[in-house]
Amino acid sequence: MNHMLEMKSITKTFPGVKALDKVNLQITEGEIHAIVGENGAGKSTLMKVLSGVYPHNSYDGEIIFRGKECKFSHIHESEQEGIAIIHQELALVPLLSIGENIFLGNERGKYLNINWEETYAKADEYLKLVGLQESSKILIKDIGIGKQQLVEIAKALTKNVKLLILDEPTASLNERDSKNLLDLLLDFKKKGLTSIIISHKLNEIEYVADTVTVIRDGKTITTLKKEDGFDESSIIKAMVGRDLSNRFPSRKSNIGETIFEVKNWKAYHPLYSERLICNDINFTVNRGEVVGISGLMGAGRTELAMSIFGHSYGKNISGQCYINGKEVNLSSPKVAIDNKLSYVTEDRKGNGLVLTNSIKKNITLTKLSRISNNLKIDDDLEVELAKKYITEMNTKCSSEEQIVENLSGGNQQKVLLGKSLFAEPDILFLDEPTRGIDVGAKYEIYTLINQMVDKGKAVIMISSELPELLGMCDRIYVMNEGQIVGELSKEEATQEKIMSLIIQSSKETN
Amino acid sequence: MTNSNQKKIIKALKNNTMLIALVAVVLLFELLIRGADRGSMLAPANISNLINQNAYVVILAVGMLLCIITGGNIDLSVGSTVCLVGAVAGTLIVTLEMNIYLSIIICLLLGILLGAWQGYWIAYVRIPAFIVTLSGMLLFRGIANIILDGLTISPFPKEYLRIFTSYLPNTTTQSSKLIFTLIIASILLAIYIFFNLRGYFTKLKKGYEHSSKLATISKLVAISLVVLIFASALGEHKGLPVVLIWLTVIIFVYNYFTSKTVPGRQLYAMGGNEKAAILSGIDTNKLLFGAYTNMGFLSAIAALVCVARFNSATPSAGNMYELDAIGSCFIGGASAYGGTGTVSGAIIGAILMGVLNNGMSILGIDANWQKAVKGLVLLAAVVFDVMSKKRAANKN
Repeated sequence: MNHMLEMKSITKTFPGVKALDKVNLQITEGEIHAIVGENGAGKSTLMKVLSGVYPHNSYDGEIIFRGKECKFSHIHESEQEGIAIIHQELALVPLLSIGENIFLGNERGKYLNINWEETYAKADEYLKLVGLQESSKILIKDIGIGKQQLVEIAKALTKNVKLLILDEPTASLNERDSKNLLDLLLDFKKKGLTSIIISHKLNEIEYVADTVTVIRDGKTITTLKKEDGFDESSIIKAMVGRDLSNRFPSRKSNIGETIFEVKNWKAYHPLYSERLICNDINFTVNRGEVVGISGLMGAGRTELAMSIFGHSYGKNISGQCYINGKEVNLSSPKVAIDNKLSYVTEDRKGNGLVLTNSIKKNITLTKLSRISNNLKIDDDLEVELAKKYITEMNTKCSSEEQIVENLSGGNQQKVLLGKSLFAEPDILFLDEPTRGIDVGAKYEIYTLINQMVDKGKAVIMISSELPELLGMCDRIYVMNEGQIVGELSKEEATQEKIMSLIIQSSKETN
Repeated sequence: MTNSNQKKIIKALKNNTMLIALVAVVLLFELLIRGADRGSMLAPANISNLINQNAYVVILAVGMLLCIITGGNIDLSVGSTVCLVGAVAGTLIVTLEMNIYLSIIICLLLGILLGAWQGYWIAYVRIPAFIVTLSGMLLFRGIANIILDGLTISPFPKEYLRIFTSYLPNTTTQSSKLIFTLIIASILLAIYIFFNLRGYFTKLKKGYEHSSKLATISKLVAISLVVLIFASALGEHKGLPVVLIWLTVIIFVYNYFTSKTVPGRQLYAMGGNEKAAILSGIDTNKLLFGAYTNMGFLSAIAALVCVARFNSATPSAGNMYELDAIGSCFIGGASAYGGTGTVSGAIIGAILMGVLNNGMSILGIDANWQKAVKGLVLLAAVVFDVMSKKRAANKN
């Protein structure tokens, strides 16, 4: 058979670890090829080898692209051959316009005289290709992350791309934007574009992929083809090497009295002070209960949680919070923490962890008073407690002194969770607690959540993945456009009901 | 030698590159100076000189370090603060003949006030530090020159000078000076060794990560040797400079603050990721305000040291001091983006700058050339630091 791309026996070693061990990858022209594997399995390393981020000679093996052996020593060289890679972290300049971004490094016109008319006209054409109805003169910072993703693809298209690589393209998109993006890929496939997609979302892979290559521990495990049939469970089995028949650990609900209640909660946007972000929100949480908050991106879920957690988001906040029936004024994150609240951010690198510090220092940061006496830090106690939380979270690391930056996503998430538990909270807001981590680590996080509620804590879980909410929660609130538009018990809740609540409420307001 | 031991030694060397560079520079100058037959850099008189010349840089560098840790913020106004506090000290002590100790307290309070003024705008109104302190740089020097009316105030009373420029013990017998400095050095060393060994053994007992026995002992022996050699050099000259005592206290307090206390830890967390620090319940505004207020306080101390050393308050005092302090921090490994940097690093940076100044002066190198060399050394140190970090990152 004729392959567009063949990577043969790729081996890449870093000091102490073999990241890739004789990996083989074959891409057929015109297909969508998914690469899956747990975090740290070597997917991104493989793509970096392919695109020349790791230059030729730094790895062993052969890359044959369109019948020619390639020895890329820089990312520009792979781009010239028509290989474009879109990374998980988007590489767009927020304060430049869409058009300027699309042609960044590839400007229209002359070196010392940019042709702006051509730039914007061409950019508009490409935006149409990716189905984006925006003017290319709008600044990147003013469009949502879903649209930014499309701009990245438009940018790749301008470079005459033959093989498009997308690394976790839907990790931060809601269901609707994700579907748009995937449909776009299918559309491009019809036009003959080949793409590689790296994703943790198996339902999406089932939806778009023609072929799936599973990588585990730096080795190719298997390649599954659509015509031979594959589904989520067969992929999971290959990924983790074991059957995860139950993706959510079981738990016997033991729900106690109400521990936390929010009444008439209102918050306005920090910059546009007339925009209502949280509109008259009421909800309750009981001890031993996992309460979900569902909604599309931009529904105001994160904003709600952060405005409650020490007014750390929004302006002109009003409403009441009750803990165990007593009204509290959570005026700053410190007061919130002292009242045994905790917020685990959705953005672990941006808002959660001090990446350049050790695991130990990150874990103890939320409550330094636990390890200090008259402001003097007790080093021994700190190490001891940090170790305890590392073990409890089952974090894989060389020691408590390891720098957080060097951990995998799943382990970083565990440190983040350990950090918030260190403050000994009773009420936990978990905002997208499993974003961008692999199936195995997800299972461990779910188990930890179950352990928390077993101890009588209350968990409020915000998630964009509906199956996760349905699998974990005792009760689900549905949010849309800053309002709570419905409440469903575990028994009532289905994906269809949640989506229809959202769609109905959108219709009513329009 | 086993492979792991080799790795440990390489790691130890890497962690102390600036210290090694400092030793290399000192040795180089010693060779050049001896070769040119201009005496010795390590002569007792010159060591004493080095300490007196560079005391202010060390004090300012420590304060600057805290500002830099908060997120790469710098304070451009410290030179002007030194000038203004110096001018006030001169007016109070010399012109008005006020009580010396009361004057010192007023000067320190003034420093805190100037720092708090800038800290308020930087921390609570969030005006970029660069702009606020650039304004302070002009404002404070302007006021200082108004107070001084463009003239120099001198001389200061002996009683005042004694607090900052005298030597201990106050005798003329050379042998008692030597014995005194050696005894003081031995006491300090004994305390230092005691705490080090205690820490080592508790770590050993509780099974925590610790350095090897050989490394611990060789470190202690090396430090003891260096301290004793310097102590005997000082003893052979005029004795222990009082300013060295002040420096030791400041270094000890701030080293302890940054490495062992809660606000110290919070400062590093803030510099590493301010949003994460805020969500961890840390009041980052207060920390930023504190860092700049403290910078004002330390600038005031530096001002008192400087007027005593020059025995005058002059309109041009403190000129370019901010750049010495900032340079010391960056040479000593602080990150320009905040979150990293140590007091010991900043001090090594300050000493390196001082040694360069002193060594080139002894060699009779033109002052303009000295500036050029210092500029290149600053760049080279930071480039070296960035490159070695890059190499380490690529290996991961």
